[in-house]
Order: sequence, then structure tokens, then C-alpha cells
Amino acid sequence: MLKFKEKAIESFLILCSLVTVFTTLGIVLVLATESVRFFQEVSIVEFFTGTEWTPLFAEKRFGILPLVCGTLLTTVIAIAVALPLGLTIAIYLNEYAHPKFTAFVKPTLEVLAAVPTVVYGFFALTFVTPLLQSFIPNLSGFNALSAGLVMGVMIIPYISSLSEDALRAVPKSLREAAYGMGSTRLQTAFRVMVPAASSGIIVSVILAISRAIGETMIVAVAAGQEPRLTLNPIHSIETITTYIVQVSMGDVPRNSLEYSTIFSAGITLFIFTFILNNVSFFIKKKFQQKYE
Amino acid sequence: MNSSQINKIKNLGFKSFAIVCTFLGLVVLAVLLYVVFSQGLSRIDWDFITSLPSRRASSAGIYTALFGMVWILVLTVIIAFPIGMAAGIYLQEYGKKNWFTNFIEVNIANLAGVPSIIYGILGLELFGRVLGLGNSILTGALTLSLLILPIIIVSTREAIKAVPKSLREASYGLGATKWQTISNVVLPSAFGGIMTGLILAISRAIGETAPLIVIGALVYVPFVPEGPMDEFTVLTIQIFNWVTRPQAGFVTNAAAAIIILLMFTFMMNGIAVLIRSRYNKKTKF
Repeated sequence: MLKFKEKAIESFLILCSLVTVFTTLGIVLVLATESVRFFQEVSIVEFFTGTEWTPLFAEKRFGILPLVCGTLLTTVIAIAVALPLGLTIAIYLNEYAHPKFTAFVKPTLEVLAAVPTVVYGFFALTFVTPLLQSFIPNLSGFNALSAGLVMGVMIIPYISSLSEDALRAVPKSLREAAYGMGSTRLQTAFRVMVPAASSGIIVSVILAISRAIGETMIVAVAAGQEPRLTLNPIHSIETITTYIVQVSMGDVPRNSLEYSTIFSAGITLFIFTFILNNVSFFIKKKFQQKYE
Repeated sequence: MNSSQINKIKNLGFKSFAIVCTFLGLVVLAVLLYVVFSQGLSRIDWDFITSLPSRRASSAGIYTALFGMVWILVLTVIIAFPIGMAAGIYLQEYGKKNWFTNFIEVNIANLAGVPSIIYGILGLELFGRVLGLGNSILTGALTLSLLILPIIIVSTREAIKAVPKSLREASYGLGATKWQTISNVVLPSAFGGIMTGLILAISRAIGETAPLIVIGALVYVPFVPEGPMDEFTVLTIQIFNWVTRPQAGFVTNAAAAIIILLMFTFMMNGIAVLIRSRYNKKTKF
């Protein structure tokens, strides 16, 4: 009897772990089947090479490039903010700061990642954009710049915390050897510690990029809804995620071609983040340096 | 000036730059809070919390959005917590080092990185259309459950991993079975860590907007939901709607609703920190 109970419990536990597998399967199946339906009506070549995205207009064009461009533009701005800041903070906390200071600052910075993203959207639209407009007079009310900058601040803790963990995992003996050779803290940090922790730092950056690509509410509120093939951040643009929100909020009839665009946009987004996640996972497994 | 002095100056320069960077993040957080509170605090009163949504900014409230949020959260916890904990227990205690466990691990790491809006698309099709649950509270809760499962699983595993082997062996030595050991020894010791993970997952669910928009959660809900099959809205969607309206009064409303939302988020994170520190003090292995 006891044995049977043990077996039953184990089976239940396995079943629960399988829920995660079914989730992935579900995502892939839903996106794939709906996209297949979409690509029966729209040429896949047009989709990936077209430079106009107007599925909701009378004259429909289905080129995803403007959405991809908008997504990459905000992501690049966000990483340009978060990478230097996050890495510098990680090095400072690990190499310079008093451990008590680190113990206080690290969780405080992580609050940045806990704030709901719609709040950042509010902040970008009602505070950062007007502030920037006083420096850049022809900045559009909705723009990639302000959304990207605020998103960059949001993902600082992704880079700073994970990189700090990676730096902390480097054995003390390496740092002491560098000090023993007469290095300053700066030299120790950039010539010994950062290279030794490089795989962990790269993983943190990739995860941050993936997070920025999938971020929705900041760009939906502050970056606009105009698919535009531009790298100029002062204009209103549209990201893949914003487009999905736009269709979901609108009154587009279900089962229409217009509606099925959210699946083709969704699969594009999914492929981007899937590749990034797997690259980071691979690096983590493969290049993690083992120290005795 | 010799090279040693130059290096010292460089070192000092970087240190100052790093201090500025560290405080910059904190300053932005402070400015954000100041902007929100200075705009919204005066708008919060009992009427704002107990009023139904309205076309006029001055009489609109967050009553239905609050109730929708509580409904969603309670259901999400009921669905996600047992499944997440069970999966975490399986992977940490039962899973052998083989391709199957490895596959599930890679899979969970992947799921944790899937954008939340993609979960919305899954929920829309799977729960909304295939299971026919429409844009109900249940669809929302199921969708968010899948979204926070990886968080609960990973934190459960971490908590269980921290329980020392000697405790398990003592239990086995007394003749306990595997499950008896897990339920009577391992889980009670790991309770604090598991709870911390659950609360952080709830905090994440509170802040989610995009997946609920995609499954078709409404913006204007003039009634309080009474069952899991009712249509709903949540606080974040209400905020999104108000932010995107051009009239000035709605921006004030948005700021006020954000204060309420942040109270929930910070409260959850505070509780998590508290449990973690109390629990760490109480149990020393």
C-alpha cells in the first residue's frame, strides 16, 4: 500500500513537471499553425523583405521589417544604457565597495526590475519625453529614444546583479595574485576579473537583450504606433510587441487575415528570443570556467 | 609623472565614475517615485478606490480593477503554486541525471525567457478559444499561471537544494519512505525559501499587463466580477488605458492608480525580504 502511494505521488510530480513541456509545445503549436494559415495568404518572401507594414489599412502590406527595425532600435538604445551602467556597477560593487554597501545597494537596484513595466511607460511618456523635448525640440511626443532610455534603466539590474554574481564566483586567489603584481584595482578588475567572469557577463547581457526585445508596455505607451523603417530615435515607431497589443485592443474581427498577423508577428518575436535564450544557455553550460 | 601615478589617477577616475553610475540608477528610481507621487497622491481618496470606471476623469475609480486583480491573483496562486512546487520537488528530489530531466531543465530555462506577450497569445488560443473559456478571469489566471510557473519551480528547487543531506539521511535512517522524508523533513525546512519564491512570483503577476490585454481583458468593466467565468479588468490595464488618454485628468488618475499598484508590488517584495531574513536566522544548518 505504502509502495503504491509512493508511486502515485511520483507520477503526479512527473505530471506537474510535464506541464512546462506542454507549455512550450503549446506555444510552438499555436504560433506555427496560425502562422501557416497566415502564410497561405501572404508570401513569406514579402513578409521578411517588405518594407511596409500596413495590415490594418485599406491597402494592406505585410512587410515585417519596420516592426523588427523598431524593436531593434529600442533594444539597442536600452542596451547602450544598461550595459555600461550595469557592468560598471557590478565591478564597483565587487571590487571597490564595502560589502555592507553592496548588501544594501544590490537589492535596492533590483527594485528597478520589480517595478511593473506599465509604470515605466507612464514615466517615459509623461516625464522623460517632455524633459528630452527641452533639449531636442523636434522630438516627437511618442519616440523610440525615451522608451529605449527608460527600458535601459529597467534592465540595469539584470546586467548588474548577474554580472556581480559572475564576478563574485571568480576565486579570490586570482585577485590577490593581481594585487601582488602591483596592479591597481582598476587593472585587476579589467585585466583579471572581467575576463575570468566573461562567460557569466555575456550571459547576463544576452538575457538583458532578450528581455528588451520582448518588453511590451514601455514601448506600447511611449514609443508610438507607427511602423517605420528608420534608425532615427526621435521619431514615433512601432515594435513587434506594440503591434500585438494594438491589434488586441482594437476591434479587428477574429478569424480575419488582419487578426492572424499577431501570430506571424508573435512567431518572429518568439524566434528572436528563443535563439538568444539558447545561446545564453549554451554559453553557460559550455564556457563556464571551473576553478578548483 | 610616472606610470604608477598615472595608474592611480585612472583608478580614482574609474572609481568616481562608478559611484556616479551606481547612484544614477538609484536617482532614477527616486525621480520615478517622486513624479508618480507628486502627481497622484492628492487624487487618492476613498471615492477613488470605491468608484466604478467613468468617462469623466474626476469621478472615475479603480473599484472593478482592484477586484479583478484580486480574483486573478487568488486563482493564479491556487493553480500555479501546487503545480510549480510539485515540479520543483520532482526535478530536485526524484529526477535522475538523464536526458529527460536535462530536457525539462533546458525547457524551463527557455520558458523563463519567453516574452510575456507570447504567453498571452498561447492563453488566447488554448484557454480562450480551444477550451472555450473566452476572455474570462479563468483564462487570465491560467495564462498567468503558466507565466509564473518557471519562477516557482526554480525557487522551489533552490530552497530544497539548501536543505542539508544529513537531515534526509536521518529521516531515512528512521525508516521513512522517500515521500515521508520529503513531506515531513525536506519541505518544512525549505518552507521559507519556497514562500519567498511564491511571493516574488505573485509580485510579477501583479505587474503583468501585456498577456492579459492579448487574451482580451476589457478596459471598461462597470461591474464587479462575481465568478471565475466573468469578464474582468485589472489595475495595470486600467493604468495603461488612462495613460493613453489625452485629457489631463486621466494622467492624474493613472498616477494615483500607479501608487496603489506600487504599494502592492513593494509590499510583496518587502514580505519576501522579511521571510527570507527571518527564516535565515531561524534555521542554521
